[in-house]
Amino acid sequence: MPVFDLSQTPLRELNSALHNLGASSNDTLFEVVNPRGHHAVAVGIDGPVTVEVKGSVGYYCAGMNDGGTVTVDGSAGPGVAENMMSGTVVIEGDASQYAGATGRGGLLVIRGNAASRCGISMKGIDIVVHGSIGHMSAFMGQSGHLIVCGDAGEALGDSIYEAKLFVRGSVKSLGADCIEKEMRPEHLEKLAELLGKAGVTQAKPEEFKRYGSARKLYNFNIDNADAY
Amino acid sequence: MCGIVGLFLKDKSLEPRLGELLSDMLITMTDRGPDSAGIAIYGSVDGKTAKITIQSATPEGDFAGLVDDLAQAGIDAEVCLKSTHAVIAIDMGQLAAIRPVLAEIRPNVRIMGSGESVEIFKEVGLPKDVVQRFGVRAMGGTHGIGHTRMATESAVTTLGAHPFSTGADQCLVHNGSLSNHNNLRRELIREGMRFETQNDSEVAAAYLTAQMAKGKDLGQALTGALDDLDGFFTFVVGTKTGFGVVRDPIACKPAVMAETDQYVAFGSEYRALVNLPGIETARVWEPEPATVYFWDHDKAA
Repeated sequence: MPVFDLSQTPLRELNSALHNLGASSNDTLFEVVNPRGHHAVAVGIDGPVTVEVKGSVGYYCAGMNDGGTVTVDGSAGPGVAENMMSGTVVIEGDASQYAGATGRGGLLVIRGNAASRCGISMKGIDIVVHGSIGHMSAFMGQSGHLIVCGDAGEALGDSIYEAKLFVRGSVKSLGADCIEKEMRPEHLEKLAELLGKAGVTQAKPEEFKRYGSARKLYNFNIDNADAY
Repeated sequence: MCGIVGLFLKDKSLEPRLGELLSDMLITMTDRGPDSAGIAIYGSVDGKTAKITIQSATPEGDFAGLVDDLAQAGIDAEVCLKSTHAVIAIDMGQLAAIRPVLAEIRPNVRIMGSGESVEIFKEVGLPKDVVQRFGVRAMGGTHGIGHTRMATESAVTTLGAHPFSTGADQCLVHNGSLSNHNNLRRELIREGMRFETQNDSEVAAAYLTAQMAKGKDLGQALTGALDDLDGFFTFVVGTKTGFGVVRDPIACKPAVMAETDQYVAFGSEYRALVNLPGIETARVWEPEPATVYFWDHDKAA
């Protein structure tokens, strides 16, 4: 198993090694030690590798991940798993701003809390936060699921399109065009599936409320000008 | 972008290491802003002595004979030279008198800060050079803040570097940009505040000074800033005994804090904190938007 010590080895060597794996490579498990808040750790993975990061990372960890499994045994700075295409990213600690932003697929699990703008402009990613999330989360969320076992901050789902939001705790306020919606059997089923995948054992799907778009802002309507 | 650091020590045994710890934190933040850097260190207070930190573009000329010239003007002073800066120690009762004297006898020097405990060093250039030329590593103290600047709102000059100090023992560092600073500057000038730059952050510093002059404590002044300042900001501020943090309601400028039994630390990024003792087990969190955090040695005692 390749081990990269970022206190000794330049980050570029880690990311190059991850990018240059051939189809026949047997190196599928990487360990990264001493990340010490480094930026752009394990960015641009495009194969089924597993990367275990032992410590906290800075900006944009696991960005653009396509098929990899990245676990951060610590906290993550802004933009973790930004624009993820597929695969899984797990943050054992907390995540900073805009976790999972613009993600197109895959699963992001945050075992601690996430800060503001979690899932901003999400486009198909599934995000499960064991704790709470900050303000303006899922702003302009287009598709995918954001599941929050704790509370949500202000302006949840502002200007949301078709992303589906599930919050177990309180929501400080809903953003423009975001409303509470009926929880139907298919939603409970999806919730159960994602909670299971994310290792959430304490929360039951029935305890969540669903939020989504009222679809009033899809097209510009002068009567809605105040809501923009 | 700009990078901010701050360290408020609770454990006296760490005080001799303040300059060293803060220097390392600031150097780590170099790539957030290469234009200028500055640091404010709050040292020990004896209740009698005040300090005034001055800067000169031509230190050889301006600092020569300064002690004698001050004595002639009736001010007994000790002067400690540090590169382009000098720290003048005087009797506290003469703090008000020395400003007009300096303006008279050394019209080209600029006052970086003054008070009982604060010393402020700032220059154009990288943090590693700035901390080296002023010997910041060797300095002890109770708390301090630092800033590395990416200039957006005003010129890259020594005066445009942070920290900004607009009142005795008060200083502020800022990451962000204010949108109502021109209006606010005019209002503050009407109230009697003086400005040395066109920098938006100086307005924020002066705003807090004006609020505290009206009797508010640092926490109350920072709460007022949330209503009266418009724009993006993460502020870290120091007073003689206090250390405060506030972010605007949108809170898009990054901030990470850590607290242990020994200290409270602030960094624009977690990277800045990784060398602090006991960081592995510290409580690390991101300050909430529109929420004032502050600590005070006097109140903790």
